[in-house]
Amino acid sequence: MKIRTFWRHIKEGFKSIGRNGWMSFAAVSAVSITLLLVGSLIGIVSNINNFATDIENDVSVRVYIDLAATDEIQDDLADQLVALDSVEDVTFSSRESELDNVKGSYGDTFDLFEGDRNPLHDVFIVDTTSPEITAEVAQEIEGMDYVSDVNYGGADADKLFQMTSTIRNVGGIIIGALLFTAVFLISNTIRITIFSRSTEIEIMKLVGATNWFIRWPFLIEGALIGFVGAVIPSVVLWFLYDTIFGTVSGFLSGTTFALLPPDPFMYQLLLGLMAIGVTIGAVGSAFSMRRFLTA
Amino acid sequence: MIELKNVKKVYDNGITAVHNMNVRIEQGEFVYVVGPSGAGKSTFMRMIYREVLPTEGTIQVADFDIVNLKRKDIPHLRRQVGVVFQDFKLLQTLTVFENVAYAMEVLEKSPKQIEVRVKEVLKLVGLEQKAKMLPNELSGGEQQRVAIARAIANMPRVLIADEPTGNLDPETSKGIMNIIEQINQQGTTIIMATHNADIVNERKHRVLVIEDGRIARDEEQGGYNFED
Ligand SMILES: Nc1ncnc2c1ncn2[C@@H]1O[C@H](COP(=O)(O)OP(=O)(O)O)[C@@H](O)[C@H]1O
Ligand SMILES: [Mg+2]
Repeated sequence: MKIRTFWRHIKEGFKSIGRNGWMSFAAVSAVSITLLLVGSLIGIVSNINNFATDIENDVSVRVYIDLAATDEIQDDLADQLVALDSVEDVTFSSRESELDNVKGSYGDTFDLFEGDRNPLHDVFIVDTTSPEITAEVAQEIEGMDYVSDVNYGGADADKLFQMTSTIRNVGGIIIGALLFTAVFLISNTIRITIFSRSTEIEIMKLVGATNWFIRWPFLIEGALIGFVGAVIPSVVLWFLYDTIFGTVSGFLSGTTFALLPPDPFMYQLLLGLMAIGVTIGAVGSAFSMRRFLTA
Repeated sequence: MIELKNVKKVYDNGITAVHNMNVRIEQGEFVYVVGPSGAGKSTFMRMIYREVLPTEGTIQVADFDIVNLKRKDIPHLRRQVGVVFQDFKLLQTLTVFENVAYAMEVLEKSPKQIEVRVKEVLKLVGLEQKAKMLPNELSGGEQQRVAIARAIANMPRVLIADEPTGNLDPETSKGIMNIIEQINQQGTTIIMATHNADIVNERKHRVLVIEDGRIARDEEQGGYNFED
């Protein structure tokens, strides 16, 4: 393609968008809403995934001590734990400090559980030598006397991975439906353009313009609608994620968890959204061309 | 240069517009196509630029085998065949110059080439003074001249004109005929359907009479006579 022709196609694409102002606006809006949801969902799923990976790599096992255990029994249990081969370190966390932790994350609502009403257990936090054997160690500890419950990262990670996959599936269906709507709206817009330019198209065909010469402006128009439709949610998601990242990072400081840092995560996400936008635009326009520009 | 052998056209609705037609037209000929309405004149001409595919038979136009022509080669055929219609089909938002230039732009000709050639054809049709006007500022005859200029801008070997004077008064029609004959004198084959008896009788050329989808008569220097 000659450069002159390239610019001509771009110009024609822009002109069409202007000419069908309202239809273009509707199509751009549909793409924007779709991509805002797509982007949010990708952001949520990616972060849950990241959380789950963090948890999986967390090598500690939380051993909840039976409320009936006396101090001596607790000491005895601690000795048993330390004696295990793959245990590196055992620390004690009293029910009071556990409650303080909870209050730290959820706020003063938990004040009413102060003192004797504290429903929590004393806890031994057992660090294992490597993440792979955490599950095995946890199982072993579970069989010991005066152990009320055992909890380790892997279990939570499984739950999170499961949640991620549920969100992904439900989200996938919703996004699929939205993408379909967006493609349909774009293809409708292009169809109107094709109709409004039917004399031009007829003349181009009569004088022997190639099919691709005729098609390019419509493809570009569709891609442009998709692109502009991607820019709006990109800007929104950028500010939104920046804000969330700033706020949540404060809460998470000192834990092993962290949100994915905006750089590079946001760049990747926004680039992805642009690509999706341009693709559905081009697909939408190819769709109407197949029906109205053949032969 | 154009040859139809045993050509038949049945439209999707079952109407047979052309029956077993055999015609041969040499490069540089001027051929009138006459006959009653619905006889198949337009169908005959549309098959030449492959707007319509024949149902049976073969059609050769220059080097193109119309029946077996690949879709991607259609544009190349169209560059050899200029077409004008009764209703001009001009782009209303473009000036006279732009309308003609448009036909060259879509074939990716250079601006320089376009500038030179458009001026040349506008001069040929006598519209160089009105190059900057819009179609709706022109008379019918002038609009048809723009359409002719556009049809020959890319120097096709054949010019097909389907009732080009159908909407024009006799005086204006004469002007159009002068231009078409001039184009013919430059070597372009002309195939022109018309209902204008005066033109056919005054400016003698080969006449193909089509009746009921068949060639009823084919006469060198013929006149306009057939049973309506
Ligand atoms: N696109 C079409 N679909 C179906 N029938 C058509 C079509 N075009 C023309 N016909 C029919 O074919 C016959 C010949 O039409 P046409 O070639 O236009 O004749 P003419 O140009 O001599 O008036 C007519 O009966 C007409 O109704
Ligand atoms: Mg006709």
